Amino acid sequence: MTPQAILIVSAVLFAVGVVGVLTRRGAITILMSIEIMLNASNLAFISFSRLYDQPDGQIYAFFIMTLAAAEAAVGLAIVIALFRLRESTDVDELNLMKW
Amino acid sequence: MELVAFVVLTALALVSGLMVILHRNQVVAALSLAANLVAIAGYYMLLNAQFLALLQVIVYAGAIMVLILFVIMLLNLPEEARKPGTGRVQAGLAIVLAAAFALILGWALIRATDGGGYPAASDTFGTVDSVGQMLFTNFFYAFEAISLLLVVAMIGAVLLAKRSVEP
Repeated sequence: MTPQAILIVSAVLFAVGVVGVLTRRGAITILMSIEIMLNASNLAFISFSRLYDQPDGQIYAFFIMTLAAAEAAVGLAIVIALFRLRESTDVDELNLMKW
Repeated sequence: MELVAFVVLTALALVSGLMVILHRNQVVAALSLAANLVAIAGYYMLLNAQFLALLQVIVYAGAIMVLILFVIMLLNLPEEARKPGTGRVQAGLAIVLAAAFALILGWALIRATDGGGYPAASDTFGTVDSVGQMLFTNFFYAFEAISLLLVVAMIGAVLLAKRSVEP
């Protein structure tokens, strides 16, 4: 196991998250894809933290985890409010502010 | 041994990650995301970051995933409808662009290493002691700011999900 292998896994997972955000239309699936991307970046942070033997990277990963918790809470609250209003979480139907 | 663990974790992480974005049933997608998070916790263990691995399992795979699953089951969402035609171009472009992005990102990340393997970890690497020491000294103000962010997010979530806000 080399740092390069871990970093490639991290880049591929991030790309999987990007594809999820760009192609899926369910709001919750998009939120889950964002979680995948945040985790991929965390993996890179911890890999570099280990590579340079400094705890800083772990602190950043810790902060990103907290950020993800806040993002999930607010995002899911928005999805619930949206579902009450529209009976759907399809983001293609949310074009009220588009034009 | 380490190689076997790495291969197994990589297979688990990639398959479960793809399941999240490909499966139309959102409960299955959420459970795959939980498997993905546990696989990443396994990577953290391989990288000697024990404290972060524990946090990943308890906070991410525990708390955040329960929140997401709870909302999915609460809303009782129908499976995402298949719309013929329109999404094809978008999906193709997204996959091509994401692949290009992964190539560039992977290249940049590998350039940032010096090409060697991991050095031997010091004894204190990844322990609660070393991370906590750093957190409450060098990153003290950031830590306080992030606790404020959590409070704001909590209040915002309660306000947003409330049935109606009285004037």
